[in-house]
Amino acid sequence: MKFIFWGEPIVIGNKQLITIKGTRDGLTLYIDDSCSFDEVLQELEQVLSTKYTDKNDPLITVTVQLGNRYLHKNQEEELKEIIRKKNKLVVQSIESNVITKEQALKWKEESDIKVINKIVRSGQVFEVKGDLLLIGDVNPGGKIMASGNIFVLGSLRGVAHAGFYGNRESVIVASYMQPSQLRIADMISRSPDYESDGVYMECGLIDEEKSKIVIDRLQVLSQKRPDLNGFERRILNG
Amino acid sequence: MGEAIVITSGKGGVGKTTTTANLGTALALLEKKVCLIDTDIGLRNLDVVMGLENRIIYDIVDVVKKRCKLNQALIKDKRFECLYLLPAAQTSDKSEVTPEGMEEIISELKQDYDYILIDCPAGIEQGYKNAVAGADKAIVVTTPEKSSVRDADRIIGLLEQEDVDPPHLIVNRIRNHMVKNGDMLDVDEIVQILSVELLGIVADDDEVIKASNHGEPVAFQPNTRASIAYRNIARRILGESVPLLSLEDEKGMFSRVKKFFGMKS
Repeated sequence: MKFIFWGEPIVIGNKQLITIKGTRDGLTLYIDDSCSFDEVLQELEQVLSTKYTDKNDPLITVTVQLGNRYLHKNQEEELKEIIRKKNKLVVQSIESNVITKEQALKWKEESDIKVINKIVRSGQVFEVKGDLLLIGDVNPGGKIMASGNIFVLGSLRGVAHAGFYGNRESVIVASYMQPSQLRIADMISRSPDYESDGVYMECGLIDEEKSKIVIDRLQVLSQKRPDLNGFERRILNG
Repeated sequence: MGEAIVITSGKGGVGKTTTTANLGTALALLEKKVCLIDTDIGLRNLDVVMGLENRIIYDIVDVVKKRCKLNQALIKDKRFECLYLLPAAQTSDKSEVTPEGMEEIISELKQDYDYILIDCPAGIEQGYKNAVAGADKAIVVTTPEKSSVRDADRIIGLLEQEDVDPPHLIVNRIRNHMVKNGDMLDVDEIVQILSVELLGIVADDDEVIKASNHGEPVAFQPNTRASIAYRNIARRILGESVPLLSLEDEKGMFSRVKKFFGMKS
């Protein structure tokens, strides 16, 4: 077993461009965000070639922290390529503090809450990106879809599909819950075949243990989906 | 300037034609000038229910195709001076009438009549679009059955996209004993689901069928339950506020006394 000195500063021209830190989960490369990208690549090549690991060691995952630097897709690829060339190193993620306006808008749209004031009637389909707050009813035969959560201030008697891009954490909340179907991500549950009354103030969510959609009092959400709080929080958590 | 009201339901057989005939008759009884239009081309019924089948010479397709004047196609009712019918064609195809053609006819009729009632065909295709084209208001007829409420909901959704006022609802063919047993949806439930304004309720009454078969709308009779219901609806259309008719059977003195003492009636 060879030793690698984690955290050893690499100094070039009195300026440290790349700092390597070892954590329990692997390596983190902190890259200075004020120098040019070419310098970074050169530096990286040099830094990584001085380090080497034993053939028998397990794979090491690398997280790259870019700071306030923005990288294009092909630049990211270049960076990954250099790291990948070294045995035993796998790039897990490249993180940056900055994103493009386009990405930001998309992000906002997907985590935004859309307020809709109407009755979704039989044969009508209503689809939004992000969360949906419907002030009104969904009648039998009507359908609402959201890439995030669904909140219905009214009666849900039709079909509701939350997290339709595959977010299994999404929930469906309704003031009056008597849906013909609930869908969350790739799961579907339907109403029972016998006549049943609806329930007030309940929510539908995926129970991962039972791997099915369960309907429960909406008070359980504060424990089971604590991330539901607020837009800013979700922005920060990505 | 008159008002054009389309009577529609989505589902077939819930009583659109009967409702049109009876509301027309009831409005005529209230001395309004009324024109009924049957837009169910190929399956015309309104003339039969009104007992005017033998008087048809020209029909709505002839008017749209300019084969005759509008006045020539209108048929005056047997009983009222102020009630007219524009019959549908029995032999032509639905596509012969266009929404533009309908709008033209209706705007012409609005000059002379107080109310124009448009009997809509079942379904949501061309025929429906024609019927709705010239209408200012809409009445949706439903029965207390799930399938019919579902279709009414669909139609209300489609009407919201049209240039008409928010539709009003008539719940037709209510059988009180079935509602009581929970075998039929009750009116409150229907109104809650559809969330539109209720214009009236009509009980299921054998007299309606009898009267239709005689070519004489039931609203013409003085005191059957259905005729009172239709006349009340007509008064509500005129803007009067009339309480909903009770669905309960008239009870004798004895049962009322029993009820008073809290005994089962």
